[in-house]
Amino acid sequence: METLDPRIKRLSLEISTDVEKTNSHLITYEVFHQEKRGKHVMHVGIVHAPNPEMALVMAKEVFGRRGKTTNLWVVKTSDVYTFSLEDEDMFETTPEKHFRDPAYYKVRDRIEKFQNKNRV
Amino acid sequence: MSNALKDLLFKMADDALVIGHRNSEWTGIGPMLEEDLAFSSMAQDKIGHAQALYKILNEVLGEADADTLAFKREEKQFKCCQFVEQPIGEYDFSIVRQFLFDHAELIRYDMLTQSSFQPLAQLAKKVKGEIKYHVMHADSFVKQLGNGTEESKARLQSSLNYAWHLALGIFEKSEFENELISKNIFAGEDELKKRWLEKTTPIIEAANLKVPATDESKIIYGGRKGFHSEYLKPLLDEMCEVVRTDIDAEW
Repeated sequence: METLDPRIKRLSLEISTDVEKTNSHLITYEVFHQEKRGKHVMHVGIVHAPNPEMALVMAKEVFGRRGKTTNLWVVKTSDVYTFSLEDEDMFETTPEKHFRDPAYYKVRDRIEKFQNKNRV
Repeated sequence: MSNALKDLLFKMADDALVIGHRNSEWTGIGPMLEEDLAFSSMAQDKIGHAQALYKILNEVLGEADADTLAFKREEKQFKCCQFVEQPIGEYDFSIVRQFLFDHAELIRYDMLTQSSFQPLAQLAKKVKGEIKYHVMHADSFVKQLGNGTEESKARLQSSLNYAWHLALGIFEKSEFENELISKNIFAGEDELKKRWLEKTTPIIEAANLKVPATDESKIIYGGRKGFHSEYLKPLLDEMCEVVRTDIDAEW
């Protein structure tokens, strides 16, 4: 796995003799799929594998078997940080905050325009 | 020249068809879900390569259509090597076979991208990405299992020993060998074998395994000339079973 970007590890398809450090049991990797260059990389599911190389090998056939694929990412499930389920209430009132949605202002402008026009 | 071309295309197509059929035997019984899918998809790829090669034989070289070539020929007319005919065995053998066979395929197709026979050169450019994945898949497994437990290492080594002289049969030359080379159609089995050894040896070593010693007298030849192992006939019988129930049916 070599790359100029230190944040990203790329699996080289050129035959590598590296042997990845292996977990004695299979673990899960989250798989992200990218349809075209420049498009968002979307989470699509998980695969079981002992290391990242094999996770990519598996992900290719499980999630890249139909339609168009330009690349896949795999991330060890245990490397994903997430909120606790009971903290979901943090997000409870967010859907009400229309003022954070750009579309809200367009609608409001239209309503005001209508009101002004019809003011007696 | 067309006989030489036909011989080359038939052996490649028959190899792909037979290994594709064999690998499809893992469908539903693969060692894990992901691997079941992967092996099945790669089997489909191989059948696709066979179909594309039969199509060239049909459209460019005047042979029968792909279905006829695949399903209506006698065992003796097949030019596949005996390596691909062997039963899938246990998973270690199937992985070792994929490793040895697909490295040869990748190099063969890579060489054929330079072929003076354009339909084959174009096909080679088209399918080399697929075979690249087949090789990557096999390499990962071989490295993984070779560096795994005592049992996985022992199983892999014994399959490798068993497969070695069968695999060397891939490079059996035909009577057209010199013609193919001199007309720049294909650079030849010796060149292929040399490059195959260069590619596979470092992976075998990285997998903590030993490259088996080659004994020329033990190489399993014959397939390219229509002499097959006891396993091909039953495979063809099974593969052609449905077609033979009504040989003239339209599909």
